[in-house]
Amino acid sequence: MAWSYLPHTREDRELMCKAIGIRSTEELFSDIPVSLRLASPLKLPPSLSEPEVARHLSELASANKSVRELVCFRGGGAYDHYIPSVASHILSRSEFYSAYTQYQPEISQGYLQALWEYQSMISELTGMEVANASMYDGGTALAEAAMMACAAGKKDKILVGGTLHPHYREVLVTYARDQAMSIIDVPPLDGIIDLDRLGWLIDETTAAIIVQSPNFLGNIENLKEIGRIAHAKGAFLIASVDPISLGVLEAPGVLGADIVVGEGQSLGLGLNFGGPYLGFFATTEKFMRKMPGRIVGQTTDNRGNRGFVLTLQAREQHIRRNKATSNICSNEALCALAAAIYMSALGKTGFREVSRQCLQKAHYTYSSLTALTGCEAAFTSGFFKEFSIKLQKSVTKVNEGLLEKGILGGIDLGGYYPELEHHMLICVTEKRTKEEIDQLAREMEALI
Amino acid sequence: MNGHLTVFELSKPGRIAVDMPTSDVPEESLETLVKAEYLRSKPAQLPEMSQPDLVRHYTALSNRNFGVDSGFYPLGSCTMKYNPKVNEDVSRYSGFADLHPLSSPKEAQGALELLYTMEQYLAEITGMDAVTMQPVAGAHGELTGLKLIRAYHRARGENRTKVIVPDSAHGTNPASATVCGLETVEIKSNPDGSINLEALKLAVGPDTAALMLTNPSTLGLFETHIQEIAQIVHDAGGLLYYDGANMNAIMGVVRPGDMGFDVVHLNLHKTFSTPHGGGGPGSGPVGVKQNLIPFLPTPVITYDGNQYYLDQDRPQSIGRMHSFYGNFGVIVRAYAYIRSMGADGLRQVSEDAVLNANYCLSQLKEHYHAPFERNSKHECIITAQKQKAFGVRALDIAKRLLDYGYHPPTIYFPMIVDEAIMIEPTETESKETLDGFIEVMRKIAHEAETDAAKVQQAPHSTVVGRMDEAQAARKPVVRWKD
Repeated sequence: MAWSYLPHTREDRELMCKAIGIRSTEELFSDIPVSLRLASPLKLPPSLSEPEVARHLSELASANKSVRELVCFRGGGAYDHYIPSVASHILSRSEFYSAYTQYQPEISQGYLQALWEYQSMISELTGMEVANASMYDGGTALAEAAMMACAAGKKDKILVGGTLHPHYREVLVTYARDQAMSIIDVPPLDGIIDLDRLGWLIDETTAAIIVQSPNFLGNIENLKEIGRIAHAKGAFLIASVDPISLGVLEAPGVLGADIVVGEGQSLGLGLNFGGPYLGFFATTEKFMRKMPGRIVGQTTDNRGNRGFVLTLQAREQHIRRNKATSNICSNEALCALAAAIYMSALGKTGFREVSRQCLQKAHYTYSSLTALTGCEAAFTSGFFKEFSIKLQKSVTKVNEGLLEKGILGGIDLGGYYPELEHHMLICVTEKRTKEEIDQLAREMEALI
Repeated sequence: MNGHLTVFELSKPGRIAVDMPTSDVPEESLETLVKAEYLRSKPAQLPEMSQPDLVRHYTALSNRNFGVDSGFYPLGSCTMKYNPKVNEDVSRYSGFADLHPLSSPKEAQGALELLYTMEQYLAEITGMDAVTMQPVAGAHGELTGLKLIRAYHRARGENRTKVIVPDSAHGTNPASATVCGLETVEIKSNPDGSINLEALKLAVGPDTAALMLTNPSTLGLFETHIQEIAQIVHDAGGLLYYDGANMNAIMGVVRPGDMGFDVVHLNLHKTFSTPHGGGGPGSGPVGVKQNLIPFLPTPVITYDGNQYYLDQDRPQSIGRMHSFYGNFGVIVRAYAYIRSMGADGLRQVSEDAVLNANYCLSQLKEHYHAPFERNSKHECIITAQKQKAFGVRALDIAKRLLDYGYHPPTIYFPMIVDEAIMIEPTETESKETLDGFIEVMRKIAHEAETDAAKVQQAPHSTVVGRMDEAQAARKPVVRWKD
């Protein structure tokens, strides 16, 4: 049988065996103990032709309900923003996607430059001095930030805002356990970190405070004040942010953050059922040599041309092995490229406009919903594109009703926080129209 | 000469590459919606470009880059095989690409079925009892695997803190051990990269958490004493970790689970044909034996014979390793690949991969020093030892290959072989491609003898020459500044 990805004909294989001096490829495996070798073929379904594969996968895909079919008001770290057409077209260029890490800069200038531009834009957006070339996702970027803060500060206590994305918190706890890092939660008050409690919990042994803003409940945290509290005790401020919010909200770097991380999926990546996503990681120049991940630097070649290379590799696992700042190797380069395309496509004004529309539309939705009987605002704190509401009914029930009307409703916060039973987290991106929002309000009214 | 201009240099105020609709909701001033002190004081200085200029910019960058579709890419240890195009298409089906990760399982049955089925396939291929798809890269899989091992020992009331790693191992092995809070014990390999059994026996003890091993080794050779090695580690109470980087050599031939490994990670972006993406996104699923199943990361995908679910209720779990369920889009591609190849196809993949590596070795060993007599598996090692006499090093040979339109093999790895050149052709390369490469490699060997300077100064035909890496590291310029 012939497989289209395997070029060898029977004659090729014979000629090659002859050249090697063997009778058949079987001999190339003769050093594997016979007792270990598989006696029968693997139990896998028979191979499919290309059209059959396409049909089968299409069937699996259609067994899901995507946001292409539904009007999406769900967020929680994965957002339905518009992706400009240029993104998929450029990302389809296989000179990019079929390459590996840029170990040979002479034939990787294109990717290196794109990643350098990505680092520049992330630095600019977050208001930080440096950014790396990507991490796995928002949760793991945060865990790496915590590890870096502990290593840099030679301390092991991390205070975590109780409003952090619960999944990120879980990832952080998973990473922390074997690092002898202690994680202490700072309870929220009115949907944001309780600054008084934070003041009581922090001490000189605290390596960092982790704050998400806008936080999981949608509310904007007072990064500046939290930074002040952190720095007064010699701790670092780690901010996990929604990059889209930074079109309107102040850059965390300006507010005193020492490390800024977050989920970059909003920057031109599809929802993809949770991945591939993009962790971004930015910090101050002081920490550049402690950063995890790849970093692209500008330099010159032996002909005097400007060029780009992977730099500060002495931090990395392939050089430093067990002394490396992180074990990360493969990261999310193609997703970083997508983000670079997204940011340069929208540019200075477009990016701000997307951000502004998220804010405006979320507030319009908030006003429409909280005007309904049986639906009230959960918190009084300011928010960006997500907000929490309190219903008198089961969120699951309401969501089932919405789904029947083609609407993907908000997240059931009671699933994460027992005290927030009947609370729903609504997300509104720039993609939502007034008509869709009004429809949501109408359907909600009928359901609550 | 500045080469290609950056987006910042191409930017001009007033341009934009995508039209935004006007907001149609009643608006209020930003100051009424957000506290003034929270508002951005200075807009982010993102580039401003028109759509045609933007597309030309990135197209120009793509032309300054080399991928598997551009040409032969025999980068050892990275398995740079062809990325089937139908897999790209199916991963973009709306039912996958536009599926929200916090959809209720009822609305995501197709995605969950795919993940669940993929776990079964990979368990069968590796000979393990269960698999998690959550890790998104090889090193992420290693960290997950080591955490599982730690949790296993901990549950037995043992605090084992040492991971034995041969000196020929991938750098991620010791680095992952450190991130997992474990201490690395490096043992010297035999000259052929195989485990030195005596050294192993001396290294194991009551503090041994695991031995991390790649088989075939990073030198491309099968570890023939694997059963003895497993015995030594297990007798000491440790577990055996399989670094799946070299799985492309043995699919359908032999399975890590049958060799005695307790935990294995795979690299879907290597063995299962998904694109490397220029350094990700990858996928690094982890397989385990029965006794480690309780510790798998949450959520675990379960099936009751009718519906698929996400199970969070796993009290012994190490917890979550990824914000959601791993790199789903990558897993879709790998799933399509396994369905395309079937069992026979995957075995043929490994046979051809090994055949190609041995063919290259057989055709190059007269011109280059070949340190090992044995048949290799999917990758082979030659060295620049002969050429060193003329002042030509592995790096120079790699750079000279660029002039001939090839991506060079991995060089200086494994570190235990002097001037190593590690060639991994993969199975998707034809005899003609290999013959072309072999001819060029022979030519370079000849050039090294007759015109060393030409090789030493290579590359000559690329868009840029050799880079001043010392300058880049000494005074890092890692972002644009006006």
